[in-house]
Amino acid sequence: MQPLRSVPLAPHDPAPSRWAYRMHRLWLTPLFRAMLRVGLPSFTLIFSIGLYLSDDQRRASLNSASAGIWEAVQERPEFMVNLLAIDGASPALSEAVRAKLALTLPASSLQLDMAALKLKAEELDAVATAELRVRTGGVLQVTIQERVPVIIWRTESELSLLDASGTRVARIFERADRPDLPIVTGQGANDAVAEALALIAAAEPIASRLRGLVRVGERRWDMVLDRDQRILLPEVDPIPALERVIALDKAEKLLDRDVVAVDFRNEHRPVLRLTPGALEQMRNAGAPTETGASNL
Amino acid sequence: MTDLYQSQRAMRHMRRVAMQRGVIAILDVGSSKIACLILRFDGPDVLREAEGIGPMAGQSSFRIIGAATTRSRGVRFGEIAQMNETERAIRTAVQAAQKMANVRVDHAIACFSGAEPRSYGLAGEWDLQDSVVTEQDVARVLAACDVPDIGQGREVMHAQPVNFALDHRSGLGDPRGQIGNRLACDMHMLTVEAAAIQNLLYCIKRCDLELAGIASSAYVSGFSSLVEDEQELGAACIDMGGGSTGISIFIKKHMIYADAVRMGGDHVTSDISKGLQVPIATAERIKTRHGGVVATGMDDREMIEIGADSGDWDKDRRTVSRTELIGIMRPRVEEILEEVRARLDAAGFDHLPSQQIVLTGGASQIPGLDGLAARVLGQRVRLGRPLRVQGLPQATTGPAFSSAVGLCLFAAHPQDEWWDFDIPSERIPARSLKRAIRWFRDNW
Repeated sequence: MQPLRSVPLAPHDPAPSRWAYRMHRLWLTPLFRAMLRVGLPSFTLIFSIGLYLSDDQRRASLNSASAGIWEAVQERPEFMVNLLAIDGASPALSEAVRAKLALTLPASSLQLDMAALKLKAEELDAVATAELRVRTGGVLQVTIQERVPVIIWRTESELSLLDASGTRVARIFERADRPDLPIVTGQGANDAVAEALALIAAAEPIASRLRGLVRVGERRWDMVLDRDQRILLPEVDPIPALERVIALDKAEKLLDRDVVAVDFRNEHRPVLRLTPGALEQMRNAGAPTETGASNL
Repeated sequence: MTDLYQSQRAMRHMRRVAMQRGVIAILDVGSSKIACLILRFDGPDVLREAEGIGPMAGQSSFRIIGAATTRSRGVRFGEIAQMNETERAIRTAVQAAQKMANVRVDHAIACFSGAEPRSYGLAGEWDLQDSVVTEQDVARVLAACDVPDIGQGREVMHAQPVNFALDHRSGLGDPRGQIGNRLACDMHMLTVEAAAIQNLLYCIKRCDLELAGIASSAYVSGFSSLVEDEQELGAACIDMGGGSTGISIFIKKHMIYADAVRMGGDHVTSDISKGLQVPIATAERIKTRHGGVVATGMDDREMIEIGADSGDWDKDRRTVSRTELIGIMRPRVEEILEEVRARLDAAGFDHLPSQQIVLTGGASQIPGLDGLAARVLGQRVRLGRPLRVQGLPQATTGPAFSSAVGLCLFAAHPQDEWWDFDIPSERIPARSLKRAIRWFRDNW
């Protein structure tokens, strides 16, 4: 009988071939192993990404695709703002805020720059603080705190309303628009509104005669009464000086007399300025002609 | 001699490099198997006390992380007979061991048993310049040993100083710093066939490994299978391998004699093969399963199926009794042991104070061998197994691996050899000056 296997098989040789042996040793080399397991895949990945992105057209299509996806997400109804609600402002102010924000609704809430909008709203003089919030249901809620005008400031060109911190709130056209507020004038009067308010409060006994306050030289106040009487107040501690004038007025009816100005700028040497008529009368009476009466 | 000195020093340097890298391979190139162990040196502080392993022989400074054994091919009588076959076998063993260790090794220390080792006892004397022995004096006395004619084509494998004598005091281990006038030294030199070393070197180089040391397997198996007091008091280690049987005699922890008988277990197998008319593989199986050297009455009744593949019923159903098998094995084993006895007698083993004989190696596992050996070699015979070292797989702890384990110890702590000492300083300048002059004359 012929052998079934035509070629007798060589006995199995367990020895690795020279190349298999070398490859095995190479594979056991730590540096080579690290290169092949980490270096090569990362290099291939980076290289292929770089190769793909090196074409302008591919980059552009990639950009447009990503922009399209972003657009689609933005346009979802969950993110849309349909309504602007303004709270805490007078109707005129809320109209002004609405005009200032100049939103084109509906807009996506992801596109609204809330910080910029807040700054924009606070640019308005009448707005102290604005708080913006997107409420559920697509409502942009703007909560506004208005500035409260406390005083009128007359400058050469216009009449302005100021709040307690001296910030301009609005302009008015006539004094009669706000008869309830006191009036101040002079350059730099807006920087000393708090002092002016304190003076006006202190001048409560002569409130009926008070016309207003004048800031002189951006440092001190003149109080103007009717009949063009003036009380010149010092730069430092004007309120005690004013209280002394009021006390004199109460005791001696100082302000009812024919006095043009009461000068208290120097508290040790108060000066009265008389009207020319009163001065004549006093000369005729033979009184001393010095105006600086020291026993006030 | 200088050439040898340089090449041996280069191997010692390789060993140091390997120790620095921490990984070294051990190659035992035997006639029946090639074993490769991979050692990792952790340093002495990483000493993990395993059960039964003490730090006695420095075997705790390393750990075996890879071990592989393969059937040897192309090695006969402990020498490489077919280079490419042996290279393949070494490659198989090294690759398997590397795979187990999962580490790449570049340096190997090898041992082999054949190549007709011959022992020489050398003596040298040196008059000390000043009365204190310095390292230079040790080098000079080693250099002063008169070298016998070792023959054409032979190479020195070991050259170990075994004894120093200062004036009339002998038996000094380390004479440095002692005071005397005349320093004498005894050196044991082992030479082997240069061609065998060349072949091994070539095979190892073909496997991309650097040789970091070479040793005689008789020496290293004595190193691992003799216990400390045997090494100290005097003992012979008989390493019964496949193709050759190595003999090494130790005293005072130094090898003083080594020889090899060119017969081993493979000859027993071939006797069985011839006597029973069976193939070598079957004979090997029968020998390992049923072999023995002492027959009893029971063995007459124990029939062994030989089997064959011829198709002839009578031939395929043959049986032999174990007594017949023993009858085949015993004369060959006796012959080997008698040859060993002759070598030991020639070496003057009976003059040693203690005449312990330790049988190790794969062929020492024949049942009843210790009884037979006691009759031939003398009463003090025992079977030896190698020292336990860390990480050695259970399969490689048998006596067949005593030379591999001994080589591990050799790699960790080699004994000082002649080339570990510097060349005496007065020889260097003369030589290098001469060389410089020659170079100058040649080039200008």
